[in-house]
Amino acid sequence: MPDRITMQVARYRPENEVEPTMQSYEIPLRKDWAVLDGLNHIKDELDGTLSYRWSCRMGICGSCGMTVNGEPKLTCATFLTDYAPGPVRVEPLHNFPVVRDLVVDITDFMDKLSVVQPWIVRDEEEPPDGEYLQTPEELEDYKKYSMCINCMLCYSACPIYGLNQQFLGPAAIAIAQRYNLDSRDQGAAERSDALAAATGVWDCTFVGECTTACPKGVDPAGAIQRYKLTAATDTLKAFLLPRGGR
Amino acid sequence: MPILWWLRRRSYLLFVAREVSSVFVAWFVVYLLLLVRAVGQGEDSYRRFLDWSANPFVLTLNVVTLIFVVLHAVTWFNLAPKAMVVKVRGRRLPPVFVAAAHFGAWAVVSAVVAWIVLG
Repeated sequence: MPDRITMQVARYRPENEVEPTMQSYEIPLRKDWAVLDGLNHIKDELDGTLSYRWSCRMGICGSCGMTVNGEPKLTCATFLTDYAPGPVRVEPLHNFPVVRDLVVDITDFMDKLSVVQPWIVRDEEEPPDGEYLQTPEELEDYKKYSMCINCMLCYSACPIYGLNQQFLGPAAIAIAQRYNLDSRDQGAAERSDALAAATGVWDCTFVGECTTACPKGVDPAGAIQRYKLTAATDTLKAFLLPRGGR
Repeated sequence: MPILWWLRRRSYLLFVAREVSSVFVAWFVVYLLLLVRAVGQGEDSYRRFLDWSANPFVLTLNVVTLIFVVLHAVTWFNLAPKAMVVKVRGRRLPPVFVAAAHFGAWAVVSAVVAWIVLG
């Protein structure tokens, strides 16, 4: 195994330049190093001006998402040796505006998260006996969708989001489903306006890249298709039984 | 995004092929309606329709359409379990069962149609 590898890192300094450029750095190739370790080495030893986000370095905070060799990846979970002999190309996460170097503007995603009301919605404020009871089966219904770490790799992978920033997006819909399918929640009707809109689930054409990119196995594509079925059947029910009734 | 974004990855290409297949499905619907109309107008009309269908251009179009329609059906049935989560006695039915049910129904309907047309 060679002991050096080249990292080609996207640089963009808005105060100096209009276009992003690539800058190459040669770094040690260590068996246990992730791309993030490479970036940290660059920042610590070679070029302190490099800007990027990271935090937990163990795949739970969702901060370090970037495009590595054209694919959306968590840089803490992507190993340099997988790209040997290299070079490894690191760019900011696709489909988001670039603030500086590898840092992207995530405002759009933050706004979309709040649109879906990602919290338990109840008709009454207090739980009946001081706590909600939930069986393991009820937990299984939504557990997968609760694994989202908001890393936005799915938005980066989604060609629909790339073409149309109005699309609500995989993570937002998956988290809405996490609450819709939670037995403690009573807010499905409140979320339906945002979800069943044209820019909600119906903008999705089931490319499926979001599920492929997801590092936590959330399967946002599945969540979206399930909601399409829910929205369609709800509309049909509302049409056939206008005054409600179950 | 570049206009040929869908050529960048195999999964994108398969996706676009799947989506485009619906155009071919629409052609088969039109073709079926033309067939029904030809049959309805009598034997001569039906014979002319068969001759027209044997034309190399129409034949090629229909063969290509058949391939796309099969792609359409197979991809649809394989993806159906993603949208249809079926729970039996509190446990989720394995997705393969949902897909199998779709393929099974396709086989049954095809068998019935074959029996009517060929039997």
